[in-house]
Amino acid sequence: MTASFSASDSISIALAGSGGAGVMTAGSILLDAAGQSGWYGCMTRSSGPQIRGGEAAALLRLSRRPTESHDDRFDVLLAIDWHNVARFAAELMLDGDSVVVGDPQGGTMPDAIVALRARHYDVELKKIAKQMRGGRPNMLALGMLSALLRIPLTVVVAVLEAAIGAKGEQVLAASVAGVQRGAELAGAVELGRPVPVVERGETRRWRLTGNEATGLGALRGGVRFVAAYPITPATDCLEWLAARLPRVGGVLLQAEDEMASINQVIGASFGGCPALTATSGPGLALMMESIGLAVAAEVPVVVVDVMRGGPSTGIPTKSEQSDLNLAVYGLHGDAPHVVVAPTSIADCMRTTQWAVHLAEALQTAVIVLSDQALGQTRAVIDKPADVAFVAKRALPGDAEPGAGAYRRYALTESGISPMALPGMAGLQYTADGLEHNESGTPSSQAQDHAAQLDKRARKVAHFNFGESWADVEGDGDMAIITWGSSTGPTREALARLAAEGKPTRLVALRLLSPPQPALLEEALAGVRRVLVVEQSHGRQLYRYLRAHYALPGEVRSLSRPGPLPVRPGEIRQQLTQWSQP
Amino acid sequence: MKPAESQTPLTFRDYASALKPVWCPGCGDFSVLSAITKALAELALRPEEIALVSGIGCAARIPAYVNAYGFHGVHGRALPLATGLKIARPELTVLVTGGDGDGFSIGGNHFLHACRRNVDLTYIVMDNQVYGMTKGQASPTTEPDWERGKLTPGGPQINPFQPLVIALASGANFIARASSSDPNGAARLLVEAIRHPGFSFVQVLSPCVTYRPEQRHWKKLVRPAPVEATDEPARAARRLLTDDSFNIGVLYRGHRKPYQLAMGSAGDNLTLIEEEFST
Repeated sequence: MTASFSASDSISIALAGSGGAGVMTAGSILLDAAGQSGWYGCMTRSSGPQIRGGEAAALLRLSRRPTESHDDRFDVLLAIDWHNVARFAAELMLDGDSVVVGDPQGGTMPDAIVALRARHYDVELKKIAKQMRGGRPNMLALGMLSALLRIPLTVVVAVLEAAIGAKGEQVLAASVAGVQRGAELAGAVELGRPVPVVERGETRRWRLTGNEATGLGALRGGVRFVAAYPITPATDCLEWLAARLPRVGGVLLQAEDEMASINQVIGASFGGCPALTATSGPGLALMMESIGLAVAAEVPVVVVDVMRGGPSTGIPTKSEQSDLNLAVYGLHGDAPHVVVAPTSIADCMRTTQWAVHLAEALQTAVIVLSDQALGQTRAVIDKPADVAFVAKRALPGDAEPGAGAYRRYALTESGISPMALPGMAGLQYTADGLEHNESGTPSSQAQDHAAQLDKRARKVAHFNFGESWADVEGDGDMAIITWGSSTGPTREALARLAAEGKPTRLVALRLLSPPQPALLEEALAGVRRVLVVEQSHGRQLYRYLRAHYALPGEVRSLSRPGPLPVRPGEIRQQLTQWSQP
Repeated sequence: MKPAESQTPLTFRDYASALKPVWCPGCGDFSVLSAITKALAELALRPEEIALVSGIGCAARIPAYVNAYGFHGVHGRALPLATGLKIARPELTVLVTGGDGDGFSIGGNHFLHACRRNVDLTYIVMDNQVYGMTKGQASPTTEPDWERGKLTPGGPQINPFQPLVIALASGANFIARASSSDPNGAARLLVEAIRHPGFSFVQVLSPCVTYRPEQRHWKKLVRPAPVEATDEPARAARRLLTDDSFNIGVLYRGHRKPYQLAMGSAGDNLTLIEEEFST
């Protein structure tokens, strides 16, 4: 947890324009160059549904300290053009201290932005770019922002070489010239605030998105089979895996639909190969019946849901935390399974790795609830610590009775029964979604149903999930319970409160289901007020907590639907007001 | 496929499990089960090297009746489950069994893509033109004027799905028809289908004596196909489109290579991949 965080530690930049104008490219290169210059930071992509011609914004926050949260406001908005920026107005928190740079030839500045009374500079990006051979306005923008941040030109050029060098010398030279020209143009812009001074520390840093971290967590956990059906915003996780699985002896198979992908995963896992698929809300809904099969037939599977705005097609490109109910309650019948959620971008790796471990250990389905804000935000972070979770499935020992006597679903004390794999002689059995007896023979008898329900519930309920169940930080008699991408802004709000002498506790749940009432009670001992922070219209986490936990003292909810994130400032404000007598 | 290693050769009885089928007396599926066990014995496969995968329905009960690894999954999804298994464990012999409702209605999309993908599976569809397990509703292969289904009192009024034609159009590489009235012939056909590299599709005419008792008559209508299997899709299409659905045998056999995704060996270790993130 960040000990303290003051406004002077970071700077926030929005780079906006029409889709195809290259704001994501410029933003990514800026983030990389900043990272190599010693900054931490993150870049969130915000875009409309169009592949080209819609709206796009790269939202960056660069900081001297590790952060995965955006600030309450932006210091700089640079609009390559104004054509579609109005659609972003609600996401671009500007004020009188902000600086707006825009091209007067690129449409009209939206009234909503004029009204914010930010200091405003006109720069004719398009015209200047046109005068240069191969000039592109986004490279001018990159040059301006790099200069304002005092990122050495040599660093930007090195990152450019790595990023676009493959496009040929001419393109590279034009881009470098554009960046140089942009740096000159920046001379006319006065930021009106000091730029934090950063130094490249000793720690090893990584630059990655949550979706990439999820992919790496899967590989680290031992996943070697992935089935994929494309869906925003999970596709880039699957594409990352597609290119890397063959390098570690695995495969990715593109399926014809989500029912196919989940069943391919179940089939591979039945064969003994740790397996995973990733999707988003609509895909998870389609997979639900078969996830129930994995629970009933006790086949380990991991399903990652990178959540987006719902219901239905909703807002595919933007984040929301509204699949909790589906993930926890969406299976028909009494179907004990596990739901986990990463609490940060780096944690996508740890949580997914843990999910593989849990699925294999418990022989059940584990749903990982990531979200678009985690999945598609690229961050510069300290290299995450290694965790030891690996896939380890209970297999039959040599003492297992064979030749017809093997009981696949034996009623063990832990509820976990050794699982034979095809190829093991004498242990042939049929995995079944029909209720069955210990041998796997279908049964509709009451006692077999009760025994198998008990067994499947027992193995999940009695499992020791260890300290990974939540990130518990801070102290004080107020606490926030949150999850997923709402954890970043919450951490920052609590850091600010701590700096003001108002310590507050954080419980960021990593294990959402099964609930852990005893652990939460311990974590909240002495707490008198609890604020539940999340991003859903239906306050799904709040209601879930009220259903399964006895929360101490007064409980309030701070929740809003996506795509607007909960901001650190409003969390801080709510707690401050609440704590006043 | 792996040859038998045991000293005593296994007989077809060794491939039957101890479980008693739930089927009605006289059901065609008994013969299909027998044909499967005979084919496995003929191929001398070790029971532990075989997996049978199925969805839901009367025919989908077969995995539990065979002494092999089995997976009785959800309705319509047997093919993708088998696909995942075969790709993860290419050395296994994977058979998929089911009925016409499971395969051509709820599982229709997977049928198209399994034909297209050509993973080395053998798909055995026991076609009786009715949903038996739910007590007699019209299936995709039911005639338009069959009026005894309570969900379609005036008959389904839509033309039947033509599985073999669709299989050919979708790229299936081995298309055959068998009849439960001739278990030994069906077994010989299954041996060919299992030996065929890539996806092989075998429709087995298997009467439902309870809801379609008139199908008992099929055994008098079936006959060996008058011509040898062709490898020309256009010729096969003409034959299949004009076929009266009682020609038995291999009707199309192509030469397309099976789909293979090598699980490969771990060339790189994870550290190399992690290096991509360093900045």
